[in-house]
Amino acid sequence: MRMRTVEISVGAFMLAGILALLLLALKVSGLSLDSARQTYRIYAMFDNVGSLSPRAKVSMSGVTIGRVVSVTFDKRTYMARVDMDIDKNIDNIPVDSTAAIVTAGLLGEKFIGISVGGEVDFVQPEGRIEDTQSALILEDLIGKFLLNTVNSDSGATAGSGSADNF
Amino acid sequence: MLKPMLDRLQQVGHSGLGFVQAIGRSGLFMVQAIFGRPAAGGGGYGLLIKQLYAVGVLSLVIITVSGLFIGMVLGLQGYNILVRYGSEEAVGQMVALSLVRELGPVVTALLFAGRAGSALTAEIGLMKATEQLSSLEMIGVDPLKRIIAPRFWAGFISMPLLTLIFTMVGILGGAMVSVDWLGVYEGSFWSSMKDSVDFVSDVGDGIIKSLVFGAVVTWISVFQGYDATPTSEGISRATTRTVVYSSLAVLGLDFVLTAVMFGD
Repeated sequence: MRMRTVEISVGAFMLAGILALLLLALKVSGLSLDSARQTYRIYAMFDNVGSLSPRAKVSMSGVTIGRVVSVTFDKRTYMARVDMDIDKNIDNIPVDSTAAIVTAGLLGEKFIGISVGGEVDFVQPEGRIEDTQSALILEDLIGKFLLNTVNSDSGATAGSGSADNF
Repeated sequence: MLKPMLDRLQQVGHSGLGFVQAIGRSGLFMVQAIFGRPAAGGGGYGLLIKQLYAVGVLSLVIITVSGLFIGMVLGLQGYNILVRYGSEEAVGQMVALSLVRELGPVVTALLFAGRAGSALTAEIGLMKATEQLSSLEMIGVDPLKRIIAPRFWAGFISMPLLTLIFTMVGILGGAMVSVDWLGVYEGSFWSSMKDSVDFVSDVGDGIIKSLVFGAVVTWISVFQGYDATPTSEGISRATTRTVVYSSLAVLGLDFVLTAVMFGD
């Protein structure tokens, strides 16, 4: 009888462990049982990907429709090649759609947003999205902004000739 | 002039040899325990179940309670920092990643060393002091197989399960504080977590860590018990050594494993 309670509690312990693993898999790491094979691969070339990393999401109208698989540098064109896996049931992305690298919030993660084009042909598996828009690099923006401020400041004090002091 | 120096040198050599001998002894001991099937027939299974109960089930309370509190503290601290940058939605990601990768395996191993490891050492040490181990040998039962092997395997099996439970309870605790109390939007709490946690490279590496910690902590515990001086003072020392060595080994190994897994 004593052994029975011991065995029951060990069994419950094991079940609790397996349940925790399942929850970690499904709820925390978002592993779904059938999403692995139901995707197709497309790619796009960007001038600058910023800090885009693999596993970043690919979204369309704000809904996640895929994942970035790899970000590599293309030696021939000096551009960044981004491969992405798109859900199989989203098979109607027009070929003239635009892939843009956008940021969630001011400091958030980078992801790819696809804006729909108007063509009747769709991007095929292994196909390419031609039209791309590079990442907005915050530092560059700040740099440009500062430069502008300095220029207009000195222009105001010196009266004229703001173009030659930068 | 020369003699004190030689004496000193002899002392160094003596302690060095002692250290190497202890490592060799514990290595041999462990190999025998791992490959020694616990007692022939159905006895082995029953012994393992009993140890799983003592080592695993009885540690559940401390593991779940500390997991809950650690998750809650992480949620609170993370929220307070992240809300300054307006990205309090990332609190789910922060809680999950820190628990899955680091805190889950490490804190579970430290608690396990204190709760179960010390008990194992004390139990085996007392068996040695009361000559139960030598009586077992006398009646032809190998104490390594009968006593040590089931305890080692129980620790090795329990640790990953306890780690998984700890991590999951911690994440639920974090969700409780940040979603239910502080009002982080629930959808983005869970989805930012799903976006950033990878099953193989995060959860899987956490499990690998916990397996390593489980083996090391239980190894240290049973060896310290088996190697204890069979007096009451010796047992108390061995118990202390178990907790100290296990904690140091866990923290040191954690750095090495993290460097190998995430340090590229």
